[in-house]
Amino acid sequence: MSMERTKAWRYAIPAAVLAVLAAFFFRGLQLDPAYNESPLVCQAAPEFSLPDLADPSRRVSRADFAGRTVLLNVWNSWCAPCREEHPFLLELARIGVPIYGINWDDDRDKALAWLNEVGDPFVASAVDEVGDVAIAYGVYGYPETFLINPEGTILVKHFGPLTPEIWAGKMAPAMEAECAVD
Amino acid sequence: MRWLPALMLLAVSGASAQVDSVEGFADPELDARYRDLIHTIRCMQCQNQSIAESPSVIAADLRREVRSMMAEGRSNGEIREYLASRYGDFINFLPPWKPSTWLLWMAPALLMLGGGVVFARVLRARMRQPMEKLE
Repeated sequence: MSMERTKAWRYAIPAAVLAVLAAFFFRGLQLDPAYNESPLVCQAAPEFSLPDLADPSRRVSRADFAGRTVLLNVWNSWCAPCREEHPFLLELARIGVPIYGINWDDDRDKALAWLNEVGDPFVASAVDEVGDVAIAYGVYGYPETFLINPEGTILVKHFGPLTPEIWAGKMAPAMEAECAVD
Repeated sequence: MRWLPALMLLAVSGASAQVDSVEGFADPELDARYRDLIHTIRCMQCQNQSIAESPSVIAADLRREVRSMMAEGRSNGEIREYLASRYGDFINFLPPWKPSTWLLWMAPALLMLGGGVVFARVLRARMRQPMEKLE
């Protein structure tokens, strides 16, 4: 009699295991595999000094951001999602958000022609020919956008096109929140 | 469909030959170290390929960065650590041993142990059975 009861109880084990697995898989389906939490969030934005796209004899550096909240946008002329987000960058520039660009894996003439065609929202674009600055910022795709506060701390690292939803839902709240640099 | 296996073979060989022969080091020892290392670094954009296998421009940029760090005399550990500090531990195919990965690393041993316990108990129960029937 007690033997029977023990056996019945055992049938619950596979069901419980299945339930746990299903819970994990269900959660997994809702996660974006392209999204990775960056270790740079709440860290100081890496220093850099690169040639200016418009005038290579001049330099663009992190010091140029000084004391302002800025966007740093990694772009190039052949990336389709860059074109997709571009009207919104122009809109942000129009309302007075300082946007700096890092032009990566591009050709100078094509980059300039592209800006000429679609409009230039950037205060300045730095040309990262070697790619070590983009790598120092942990960039693994185009476009990526960083929100950097007046103290030079990275508040948000966004992978993919910048949208009004990301701006209002992710970046605006981050500007209000505390972010301590280790 | 007789051409299919040949085509598949071509695709596979194409993928493994992404690192062009110009890349790398003249010193054979350094070159071998470089080729081993880039196979253990994830292409973040393509997720399940290493930067050695990926044809993407960003993988090429990362390989160049690895080469320049090696040329500066940095060790594999230092290079891995630097990349993890920028991209997160996900960039290394071998996750580090730390509290958040203890369960991950221990999982095979724990599963073996759990399986062994269940196996032993089932065996013991079966060994008892004929004796009980005899009674």
